[in-house]
Amino acid sequence: MAELSSNLLLIAFVIYLIATLFFGGAIRQKKGMDESHYKNKVTLSAKIGITLTIIGFIVHIGYFITRWIAAGHAPVSNMFEFITFFSLMVVGAFILIYFLYHTPVLGVFALPIVLILIGYASMFSRDITPLIPPLRSIWLPLHVMTTAAGQAILAISFIAGLIYLIKTVNQAEATRKRFSLELIMYFITVVIGFIVITSTFSFMNYEAQFEWVNKEGELSTIDYALPALVGPNEGTLLTASKMEPLVELPANFNTSRVNTVIWSFIAGTIIYILVRLITRKRISQMVQPLVSKINGNLLDEISYRSVLIGFPIFTLGGLVFAMIWAQIAWTRFWAWDPKEVWALITWFFYAAFLHLRLSRGWHGEKSAWLAVIGFGIIMFNLIFVNLVIAGLHSYV
Amino acid sequence: MNKVKCECGHVNPHGTVLCEACGNILDEKARQGKLLDMRYEGSARRSQTYNKTIIDRIWNFFSSVKVGVILIVITLIATAIGSILPQVSTLGQLPVPAHQYYEENYGWFGKLYYFFGFHDTYGSWWYLLLIASIGVSLVICSLDRAIPLYKALKNQRVKRNTNFLNRQRLYNKAENVEIDFTTLKEKLKKKHYNVHIDNGNLLAEKGRFSRWGPYVNHIGLIIFLIGCMLRFVPGFYINEFLWIKEGETLAIPGTDKQYYLTNHEFIFEVYDESDGEVFRNAIEEKGMIAKNFQTNVTLYSAEQSLPGEEPELEKIKDYEIQVNKPLKIDGYALYQSSYRLNEIASMTFALTNKETGESYGNITIDLNNPQKKYDLGNGYGVELLDYFPNFQMKDGVPSTASQDPLNPAFAFKMVTPDRPEGERSFAAIQQTIEVTENKYKMEFQTAEMVNYSGLTVRLDNTLPVIAIGGVIFLIGLAQGSFWQHRRIWIKTEKGGCHIAGHTNKNWYGFHKEIEKILSDTNIPIPIDQKTEKNQEKE
Amino acid sequence: MRNKKKRLVLRSIILLLLSAAIIFVLYSNFSKDNRKVAAVGEEAPNFVLKDLEGNEYKLSDYRGKGVFLNFWGTWCEPCKDEMPYMENQYQKYKDEGVEIIAINVGETKIAIENFAKQYNLTFPIVIDESGEVQKAYGIFPLPATYLINSDGIIVDYIETTMTEEMVQQYMEKIKPE
Repeated sequence: MAELSSNLLLIAFVIYLIATLFFGGAIRQKKGMDESHYKNKVTLSAKIGITLTIIGFIVHIGYFITRWIAAGHAPVSNMFEFITFFSLMVVGAFILIYFLYHTPVLGVFALPIVLILIGYASMFSRDITPLIPPLRSIWLPLHVMTTAAGQAILAISFIAGLIYLIKTVNQAEATRKRFSLELIMYFITVVIGFIVITSTFSFMNYEAQFEWVNKEGELSTIDYALPALVGPNEGTLLTASKMEPLVELPANFNTSRVNTVIWSFIAGTIIYILVRLITRKRISQMVQPLVSKINGNLLDEISYRSVLIGFPIFTLGGLVFAMIWAQIAWTRFWAWDPKEVWALITWFFYAAFLHLRLSRGWHGEKSAWLAVIGFGIIMFNLIFVNLVIAGLHSYV
Repeated sequence: MNKVKCECGHVNPHGTVLCEACGNILDEKARQGKLLDMRYEGSARRSQTYNKTIIDRIWNFFSSVKVGVILIVITLIATAIGSILPQVSTLGQLPVPAHQYYEENYGWFGKLYYFFGFHDTYGSWWYLLLIASIGVSLVICSLDRAIPLYKALKNQRVKRNTNFLNRQRLYNKAENVEIDFTTLKEKLKKKHYNVHIDNGNLLAEKGRFSRWGPYVNHIGLIIFLIGCMLRFVPGFYINEFLWIKEGETLAIPGTDKQYYLTNHEFIFEVYDESDGEVFRNAIEEKGMIAKNFQTNVTLYSAEQSLPGEEPELEKIKDYEIQVNKPLKIDGYALYQSSYRLNEIASMTFALTNKETGESYGNITIDLNNPQKKYDLGNGYGVELLDYFPNFQMKDGVPSTASQDPLNPAFAFKMVTPDRPEGERSFAAIQQTIEVTENKYKMEFQTAEMVNYSGLTVRLDNTLPVIAIGGVIFLIGLAQGSFWQHRRIWIKTEKGGCHIAGHTNKNWYGFHKEIEKILSDTNIPIPIDQKTEKNQEKE
Repeated sequence: MRNKKKRLVLRSIILLLLSAAIIFVLYSNFSKDNRKVAAVGEEAPNFVLKDLEGNEYKLSDYRGKGVFLNFWGTWCEPCKDEMPYMENQYQKYKDEGVEIIAINVGETKIAIENFAKQYNLTFPIVIDESGEVQKAYGIFPLPATYLINSDGIIVDYIETTMTEEMVQQYMEKIKPE
């Protein structure tokens, strides 16, 4: 069952990849994007694209169900499972928005992001882990799945916002906006860099073990899956003929993770430079022609609508359910755990977003920037807080 | 202040932008725009109209959404900074003063962090003040907007000023049209609109209640904040911790000795092969994965008693406390929070003849309640002269460093038929000291272990208030987010007609709905003037 | 004009309520760290404890007498220094209406008995096995001594090691008139 589950995920991945190409084809056909946004004619290419996406979605659900059966609990209990479920929800949210607004262009961006997410998830341990006592609760699926659904809808808001920015930010002038937009593209490249570098070394079966002195002053070991650029505190390499670290970090850091982050940036930067050299264009500049024909108002509405749908669901799952569960499992509904803190920050941010939009009239570009930043906070919480800060949520 | 009388005859409060009744534009600036700003229906927000006394100034300050957003952003940033380094409250007992700890572990950054008080961000007075200011802003903003909005929506008339209609985002007009209001009304009703027709004018409206969503959710938030505040009221919140050994019966702290608890057994389970093949990889990789922490207890109620007094206990129930499954009684909840495994409870020694190895019987010493004499029969016996739970040699004299049995040591007197005076022996872990050469010895046999369970005892009477606040907040949020307030106006004038539509969000869906309703009628379909405007720009 | 006045009053009331709530929260927040202990000037928490023989001692039975309430343990070095002073002064003051109750923090009978024998202690020694009395008084470091007057009111709390002179002064302090 577990193997079937993994295969289904792989199949879903491939289907999404193909669907992306069809959506790409859909926006290349000129008549596909009518300026009058309520009278979109759907092209054949887009129809195939969305059909494939739905098939992929069903297969992806198949992965989820089979894994649930195999594990005996909802497969949302570790990083791999959470991100694959989150990507499933992004596809679901995309399908929903597609049928509300008939916008193939969203697929051109949403599906690659889903692909990156699944790729990112696969870099974590794919083992089915049994649940530790605090996780053994009905609130595990309720809290995690609702939160993921809310965040996925907010991801659609990010995608719509990003397309809006690619469309509207002037590429001819060197402005701060142009730079910021390109920076987002760069970060996406870094994530791709992470996937590339991690899969390369994992394919080569690279493994190095260090002995080091931890914060409590005890001797401990740490495994590296990538050559050590930074080494642990007073570390000695245990595995023969592997790279010795260039720099040693203090005991506060999980050096293996810091090392991975550094490698991701190196790989991402190389990929980015290569793209720039080959195309002689900034990435956002390269993508701009794809989206130039899209109605900005419609994107703005999709982005805002997604926030309106996603924010309440996120609040329900990420704060309300979280509080109820925390009261049962951790004895108090709020513990100022870093993950909780960042959920609160996310909530504050979108609350500010809605107030700015409703009361101060921040529409269009300003709103798009906020949607992009908001999703940045969600990703920060998912990646950075989990991997680097790690409090009570360290098992996720 | 002067009231403003509109040409339609309606008297509006000072500061009104759009007449509450007919929508006529009363403000010069708004008249110049191509589209109207429909926020709060152009009603007079009170904050903007009075600015005389200090009270009014404070009020107006908090009435501004801009101020509210700034407060949210400042709180957001402070919250984020507070998550960079561990908060002092999570660090437990520190070996050094907190300021030193931060400096030693995080260098100059830690020093600054401590200096600015971020080591205790969420418990600091300024953080509370920020949250409180958001609360004040919530109350005042809501009052200042909900009431005028309510009045404006209540006073709206079916007949609207043309200036109002042609400045709506969705608008169109036509000459020489005859409108069949009866059919139109039916069509609108099918789409759940409330339709009002007045002398050739039409107002169709639905989802007005979604306009109250923000205010409902703000009320929920205020109740939530009040709930949080109640924690400071004595009696609303109790947070205690209970370490209880297996076999022990103790009063539950925080209950004034009203409830007692017996710990029968603490259970610690890990996953193994019996839990299935699927987990094998994960268990191999992580070594050991906990499956269950459980304390089997009996709960008792007790008559009122003084500290130190042992009251009569009356059993209430047996229960298995697990993580995620607290024991609840009378508002109190007992949570499985911690444990200590394998602490020595008792030790068994055998009185043995050193030469022959012959044993004359075992004695078991309960480390928390050792007896003075252990009789083995047939003239054999052991007296316990002294006992040191945490043995240490200080100035050449044996003593104990604490009362916990961490390193027990005993001074025995072994009485045998051939040595009626007894032989003395001092036994500590892995060493025996004899003053004179003995014939007998106390040979260590086994140690019996006991587990401790750590239970959090909590009473939180603020929870119902917080829950009500949370539910109201969610209802308000859903109300404001998932529904839309849609209005369609039709005005007939000189044989022609004006049509305009307004929604507070989801223009795309609204526009499609109007198209559907107006298909097969002679009424012109409104045009999205905002898109047109965009087109002009491009 | 009347309308305006009404509005001002209404606003003032709302702001007043809000600021009262904020002041309450801030005040509570500042005072939250104060450990709940038996405080000087308050009535000493009553208790019932048993000595080695099982005789019960109830604090409220000592009304009319001064009570020198000492918390101690055999492993506490300063306690060992204080005990002889307390014994000496006890001999002088017990006829003047001052009693000593020495509360052991819950050790074994053997340890307490040996200790009492070693220092020839004659005043009552009771055992707080459950730790409830220590909790009621908020005892953390040892030794800790409470001076309770004949009305059952705490007049002083001593955390430091006492000299014999101090013990004598303290007994004088709680001697009934």
